[in-house]
Amino acid sequence: MSGGFISRGFRGRRREVEDDVRVPPGQYLVEGFPVLSAGPTPRTPLAVWSFTIEGEVDAPRTWSWEEFRALPSEEITRDIHCVTKWSKLGTTWEGVSVDTLLEEVDTAAAEYVVAFCDGGYTTNLPLEEVTGGKAWVAHTYEGEPLAPEHGGPARLLVPHLYFWKSAKWVRGLRLLTEDEPGFWESLGYHNHGDPWREQRYWGD
Amino acid sequence: MATRGVSSATGVTEMASVPRKLAWRIGEVVETSPDTPRTKSLLLEIPGWEGHRAGQHVDVRLTAEDGYQAERSYSIASAPEDGRVELLVERLDDGEVSPYLTDELRVGDGLELRGPIGGWFAWEAREGGPLLLIAGGSGIAPLMAMIRHRQAVGNDTPVRLLFSSRSYEDVIFREALERLAAEDETLEITYTLTRSAPPGWKGYDRRIDEEMLGEVAFSPGEMPLAFVCGPTPLVEAVATTLVGLGHEPARVKTERFGPTGG
Amino acid sequence: MDEHRLDGNAAAGVLAEIFTFEVTTARTACVRCGAAGEIGSQMAYVSEIGTVVRCARCDNALIRVVRQDDGPQRYWLDLKGIEYLQLEERL
Repeated sequence: MSGGFISRGFRGRRREVEDDVRVPPGQYLVEGFPVLSAGPTPRTPLAVWSFTIEGEVDAPRTWSWEEFRALPSEEITRDIHCVTKWSKLGTTWEGVSVDTLLEEVDTAAAEYVVAFCDGGYTTNLPLEEVTGGKAWVAHTYEGEPLAPEHGGPARLLVPHLYFWKSAKWVRGLRLLTEDEPGFWESLGYHNHGDPWREQRYWGD
Repeated sequence: MATRGVSSATGVTEMASVPRKLAWRIGEVVETSPDTPRTKSLLLEIPGWEGHRAGQHVDVRLTAEDGYQAERSYSIASAPEDGRVELLVERLDDGEVSPYLTDELRVGDGLELRGPIGGWFAWEAREGGPLLLIAGGSGIAPLMAMIRHRQAVGNDTPVRLLFSSRSYEDVIFREALERLAAEDETLEITYTLTRSAPPGWKGYDRRIDEEMLGEVAFSPGEMPLAFVCGPTPLVEAVATTLVGLGHEPARVKTERFGPTGG
Repeated sequence: MDEHRLDGNAAAGVLAEIFTFEVTTARTACVRCGAAGEIGSQMAYVSEIGTVVRCARCDNALIRVVRQDDGPQRYWLDLKGIEYLQLEERL
């Protein structure tokens, strides 16, 4: 919190907000793609990588990288919003819809998911927030394989919520009957995280 | 810092300081001077500044009129004995804070900061040595504070500085270092230039490697205190090499500046 | 080389907002692998979303801090990754 001191002549690196309606309250636009790290960047070889759906399902299902890349993939263009206030409009991705992955399992009992990742990061969501065309496991960004520092080889992509929910280095989804706050949700960040309602912290 | 008297078992009253939370404060820019083509030195007067230990840093915070803020850490390059605080800023072309500090900030402006911070990467003359200082580029800043502190208190702990820079023109604090070394034979400075060297240069002209460290550094048997500071790739390579050469890991302290420098 | 991995000293600023003692020289031990050492010799990941201090030996999250700046200033502090924190006044 600034005690009111303003740095004469300082503007910062932000871009003008041209298209107001696409920028949620309190956000500003950035040119680059900031990297925020909570731990070392995992470097899982593709030969070892797998994606698993487990928990409240009839039977767990696992895909190797080849099997995952053989699944139908979509190109998606979305705006993304980080809780630290930067937004990027019109980012382009390619990934497998979570709906496609969930088709292979019976999730009748489950209401929540926890995404789990290399390095131990987790994030939690209601199952309905990752279904119905709202979420993907993305492997390509701007036409290139997703870089490790941005979550490659694959990250969860849930653009309608603050970007900490788009878990980097995702290795699977665990389906649950009860909610289980993840890495940041258990330490002050809002359990739901809707940028349009500015749900950044507990109590927002 | 508020103090209170504490009675010890012997009945002698000692003054103990009451710790208090670090707060933001405004320093006044009293001097700015270009150092190398890419760096500038800022001299600050900070009312109520209680001093620092050589090696510590300050956090600088810039606030725009709409409340947007950006924060960065800068090592204090001046000696604790100086009273005023000197920061060495390297202008990163795609930076958000450094271009403001080097291009916009002028004498008379206020700069919001807090500190001193980070007592782990610090050295006081009474800790002894010998002192092995290894810097890459702007990583010289906290080590400069240590060298200046040592000189200010008249300490003669043997010091060896190995300083890696891109070119002769890019050697930060070059004149000050040459002066200090000329006056003090217990301070040995070795430069290495990694991208270009002037004609007739007889010094090292490559990245710091095991062979160079073997030739320049104190031997592990001399049990030096080592401080390594600069871009992360340099710091990690040097620290790993020092430990590989036999230096005690607990006596090798590192300050990574991140990929490009502090 | 992980360019976002800094020395524990880099967490000194945010920790100094909470602790009145110098934290980088505080001794600690990792609950996962038992490695003991000063906070300054551990690894720090510092960004606007939060700060995570990790064990230099096993990467376990030792200390996590989140700071809320807007509205009421609030902190969330997680110390589950450490056995203890030895804080002392520097003489």
